[in-house]
Amino acid sequence: MTLSLRLRAAIVSIALLAAFLGAWHLATRGSGATANMSPEYARLMGLTATQGKSAMPGPLDVGAKLWEHLKRPFYDNGPNDKGLGIQLAYSIWRVGLGYLIAVIVAIPLGFMIGMSPLISKALDPFIQLLKPISPLAWMPLALYTIKDSSISAIFVIFICSVWPMLLNTAFGVASVRKEWINVARTLEVGTIRRAFTVILPAAAPTILTGMRISIGIAWLVIVAAEMLVGGIGIGYFVWNEWNNLSITNVIIAILLIGLVGMLLDQVLARFTRMVTFPE
Amino acid sequence: MSTSDDPFDADRALVRSGCACGRHRSTAEHAHAARTLRCEPVADLSEQKRYEGIVASAVMRAVFPQDVARRAFLKSVGAATALAALSQFFPLKTATEAYADAGPPEKRDLKVGFIPITCATPIIMAAPLGFYARQGLNVEVVKTAGWAVIRDKTINKEYDAAHMLAPMPIAISLGLGANAIPFTVPAIENINGQGITLAIKHKDRRDPKDWKGMKFAIPFDYSMHNYLLRYYLAEHGLDPDTDVQLRSVPPPEMVANLRADNIDGFLAPDNICQRAIYDGVGFLHILSKEIWDGHPCCSFAASREFIATAPNSFAALTRAIVDATGFAAKAENRKQIAEAIAPANYINAPVTVLEQVLTGTYADGLGGVKTDPKRVDFDPFPWQSFAVWMLTQMKRWGQIKGDVDYKAVAEQVYLATDTKKVMAEMGLAPPTSSYKSFSVMGKTFDPAKPDDYLASFKIRKSS
Repeated sequence: MTLSLRLRAAIVSIALLAAFLGAWHLATRGSGATANMSPEYARLMGLTATQGKSAMPGPLDVGAKLWEHLKRPFYDNGPNDKGLGIQLAYSIWRVGLGYLIAVIVAIPLGFMIGMSPLISKALDPFIQLLKPISPLAWMPLALYTIKDSSISAIFVIFICSVWPMLLNTAFGVASVRKEWINVARTLEVGTIRRAFTVILPAAAPTILTGMRISIGIAWLVIVAAEMLVGGIGIGYFVWNEWNNLSITNVIIAILLIGLVGMLLDQVLARFTRMVTFPE
Repeated sequence: MSTSDDPFDADRALVRSGCACGRHRSTAEHAHAARTLRCEPVADLSEQKRYEGIVASAVMRAVFPQDVARRAFLKSVGAATALAALSQFFPLKTATEAYADAGPPEKRDLKVGFIPITCATPIIMAAPLGFYARQGLNVEVVKTAGWAVIRDKTINKEYDAAHMLAPMPIAISLGLGANAIPFTVPAIENINGQGITLAIKHKDRRDPKDWKGMKFAIPFDYSMHNYLLRYYLAEHGLDPDTDVQLRSVPPPEMVANLRADNIDGFLAPDNICQRAIYDGVGFLHILSKEIWDGHPCCSFAASREFIATAPNSFAALTRAIVDATGFAAKAENRKQIAEAIAPANYINAPVTVLEQVLTGTYADGLGGVKTDPKRVDFDPFPWQSFAVWMLTQMKRWGQIKGDVDYKAVAEQVYLATDTKKVMAEMGLAPPTSSYKSFSVMGKTFDPAKPDDYLASFKIRKSS
């Protein structure tokens, strides 16, 4: 009896997960009560010190805490303590806004660069220089000039997601097959119409690939940016729990960040499939 | 005598001495009083009554500057008669109303930034315990990721006022590590409350002379922690610039770094010291009060621009902070405060840790339980001599180059005069002078001769 590849892969995946969780559980077991302490002293100390509990939480601790968070994801206990749902929503909103501005700027600009060799050559040095700058390096400058930490975070998202989109758009537009453009020319199609009816559909898969890369980077950066500026957001949540040395909550946040990142990527991947065409 | 004490109690001394809460003559009397519930938190009183007490206390103090005379008078006529007699000469009711009805704040919704450490206790607790609300303010206290961020957000006016390390407003005003923007300190947040924590493995290396080559963490360059640690090391013959490594590390990462063996110790704000002990990675070498008893640590800071544009809001905010600081100064309130500021919305730390810091009964990390009710204390008065001392240390370690007009800077930034006015309005007794002498590790500091003081140090950065 042979199982399908899919099923076999799933079995291996689950086995790997189980092995990982088991190893994790074993590695973080406590070492039992440590040195002798007077009860009065022990009362003032934490579990790590008194019961030899590992400083690293085990999978069961994380699971229990995760359940606690999932039960009430939208609570609001004031400006510094909000549910995970609210924190994630804020981060997604920031990423969405910065990303949208980047789309609005990058795609038309990419079209221009792709269609005009002159602009392409003229802008090239600037793009090459600005592209490799770490988005977080912009943060102090943004804070200083914009004077608002929330807008600064959005600016950083914008600046980090604009380059892959810009370059991919330019590349996609520039490499549209000459035959198609020539056909359009013979049929006397105007420049604007040519851009929308011939070049855009032809370049769409490349453009969307750029957008997919960008959303991944944007999601990576928002966490770091929010850790820097604070306020609300999943990055801030990580920082706040790190501040309390609550590794359990940090692990939960990491899990959720991964999950949301995956979802965002999948959405863009679906869009890419929608515009891909067979040649 | 504390401001909200009953001034018509013949048994009570005007000077703080004797017992832990400072309201009784001896520990025995305090214990007795605690049983009969005389140490009720002031918050239980109605606002009107509380202010009445504060005003009456100021009047009593004015009429009877001598403690002995006041007591004798009260003993002979009784409190009720005394109150009636006083009211004849001085309209207590009107004075109380005048105090409670200061001008309406220009801006009611304010944002105040803080760093989650126990130094910020008055700023934080004023929100859950209603000290801001009592002044007619709606204050949102916002937790902030680090000192540089709190500086930038306050300069950007995202915050109307903020919790800052005591030297920070001086540094900002002088343009050190930032654009020069006039900042002010209307109130000191806390005194004492820091400590030198070392990794457990150094438990037998308690003599600082053996610390050559060790790595220490401090929270920020412009911090009392930096100056105190440097002072302490230098007094023991170590040059902090060459013999050890000092790193600026955000407080929570200090504990993690200590666990990971990246640093050997730190001079850090509490609850971080106690947290390292609680997690079993460090022990308390000394409390900062053993270096300088009564040293300032953090301050409540606002820009001059905020004072100019919203003077009444600023005054109300200062009153709230001074009021909260007074409440926090009382030992019997500390447990309640620890519980109020522990949740994730505020400091986000285990209650046990905060309680140990605030009550001063703490585990030292080596198996002993120690008690020091003055481990952290709260006193709002921004002594200008504190600022002068910080300036001498900034110069000593090369943060300020060239000459500095100590007095002018101190008076620009540390608003002792305004604080005195606010304290007097509140019926508190502000000190008459804004300068006081104090001693750091046995060495007396004379605020009138900062240059001589500076010249007397052998170990300093050559400039």
